[in-house]
Amino acid sequence: MSEPATTAAPRQRNEFLLVTGNALRFAGRAVTGHPTTLVGTIVFVTIVVLALLAPIIAPYDPVAQSIVNRLQGPSWAHWLGTDYYGRDILSRLLHGARYSLVIGIASISLAVVVGSLIGLVAGYFGGRIDIVIMQAMDVVLAFPALILGIILVAVLGASVTNIIIAIAFTAVPAFARIARAPVMALREREFVQAGRALGFSDLRIMFRHILPNIIPEIIVMASLWMATAVRTEASLAFIGLGIAPPTPTWGGMVREGFENILDSYSVALFPSLAVLVLVLALNLIGDGLRDAIDPKLGSAS
Amino acid sequence: MLGFVLRRLGFAVITLFAVLTLVFFVIRILPGDPTLVILGDQASAQSIALLRERMGLDQPVWLQYLQFLGGALRGDWGTSLVSGRPVIQEVLNVLPHTLELTFVALVLGVVLGLPAGIWAAVNRNRIPDYVTRIVSLLGLSAPAFVSGIVLLLVFSIMLRWFPVISGGQGTTLLDRARDLALPAINLALIMAAYVTRVTRSSMLEVLSQDYVRTAMAKGAPARAVVWRHALRNCLIPVVTVVGLYLGILIGNSVLTEIVFNRPGLGKLIVGALNQRDYTMLQGMMVIYTLIVVLVNLLTDLVYGFIDPRVQYK
Repeated sequence: MSEPATTAAPRQRNEFLLVTGNALRFAGRAVTGHPTTLVGTIVFVTIVVLALLAPIIAPYDPVAQSIVNRLQGPSWAHWLGTDYYGRDILSRLLHGARYSLVIGIASISLAVVVGSLIGLVAGYFGGRIDIVIMQAMDVVLAFPALILGIILVAVLGASVTNIIIAIAFTAVPAFARIARAPVMALREREFVQAGRALGFSDLRIMFRHILPNIIPEIIVMASLWMATAVRTEASLAFIGLGIAPPTPTWGGMVREGFENILDSYSVALFPSLAVLVLVLALNLIGDGLRDAIDPKLGSAS
Repeated sequence: MLGFVLRRLGFAVITLFAVLTLVFFVIRILPGDPTLVILGDQASAQSIALLRERMGLDQPVWLQYLQFLGGALRGDWGTSLVSGRPVIQEVLNVLPHTLELTFVALVLGVVLGLPAGIWAAVNRNRIPDYVTRIVSLLGLSAPAFVSGIVLLLVFSIMLRWFPVISGGQGTTLLDRARDLALPAINLALIMAAYVTRVTRSSMLEVLSQDYVRTAMAKGAPARAVVWRHALRNCLIPVVTVVGLYLGILIGNSVLTEIVFNRPGLGKLIVGALNQRDYTMLQGMMVIYTLIVVLVNLLTDLVYGFIDPRVQYK
């Protein structure tokens, strides 16, 4: 556990803007200071742009079947080849990126909000509340994200919303923990005690004075967990717990391609590499941000 | 020490109880009446009532809950809706395959990851460090099915060194090893990536300590300082993390077993999902809970033995 980001501790009121500015400056330093982070950011932004433009730039309809063109290797007409139903793999990859990104971003946003709230409450009030909450978090955290994801999606049913909820659930304890530790340390700091002496309410102290201080750490954690979220979503789809076909998802494409892997390698290989590249980019960003917050570790994990 | 062991044991029991309770209620929320799943839509009201009685579904929920808890602890997990055989028997049939795979991958991962992490740490910010960092980041970014498919494509389909289907049925030791090789390597690479990163950062932390500087200052050879003074202390976080990642390994073994078509818990759970075998799913949840709780308990205890400071907490 790294030190709380005391460098970002606000001294005046209106801390939020100040600290958000600090967090942005951290991010800026991380991106420009480390070449690997820069690469990660460029790759991630590229994938986001391609996903946004998918309906415009995709050469084919991602669900249009063409039996005569099935299982073709890469060619000028189909840059990455076609799948078992003759659908263009590149077009399906571009559209599939949207689901990976939406599920990754939405699930982690949900986990950040819920997890940080839980951690704030546990850390701020301490005592018995803290023990009960954190024990419950430990129970959830004990489970591998994938196993928990399989169980939850199997129970809830595989829809976009349910997959988002399931993945968010696996990440909540991580954010509760990351929010709790600095809160416990900050609780005793002068600016919080000053706030209490001035008669501010618990809620006001928590949200206006403590929350901004833990934002940098939460951002780091969010980028690393988004990598896990994207990986979990793809893995679930590969197992058969993804959004129902013919909707193109990367994990689902790998699943379909894997069934015909002896006839054509490209159907399984390209979406596999797409997942790898996106997860790697997110991990590179997260690593760089962590170094920026905690420079003494020098990219230690 | 005894107090520490008892506390961890207590926590394990509470966890087990909490998750079993959750599993019980989760199965109750599942859409669809299990009797309809077994008998089909055409079943008569009488046969449904009969089956409900036989499965104990006509009893009050609290009684069902107690029976479920008692059954789960005694190893009576019901019978599979598909094969009709006891769930525990089906699980125990394939469990050795998964344990074999996970254990070999764990050992291989530590054997690969530990030296790599130390190598990176002592060469901090030089080429070996950069190479290990990039390779290990690649390893922990790759979902197990992606690395598995790449290994399968290269070594089984293109080079034909290994069988495409790792049946795990080989009778001779050599056959078994050939079946196990690719899946185990696939899992081990992921494990090695995690171990490398933790070892590196832990070693860096230890190398910056005063006693390491003292050892260096008194003229001890660098090699001796790293291996004799620093290694033991840098192992503490590594052990915790290995225990933590054993869970990730179990999760990834599901994907690995599917890619290499190898029998095990992973194939069992996917089969149960596809065939809506609810009792089997329930049994799978119980077995995964048991494994996870056991692994965590062991990790905690090992941690307590390695790091004497833990006892005083």
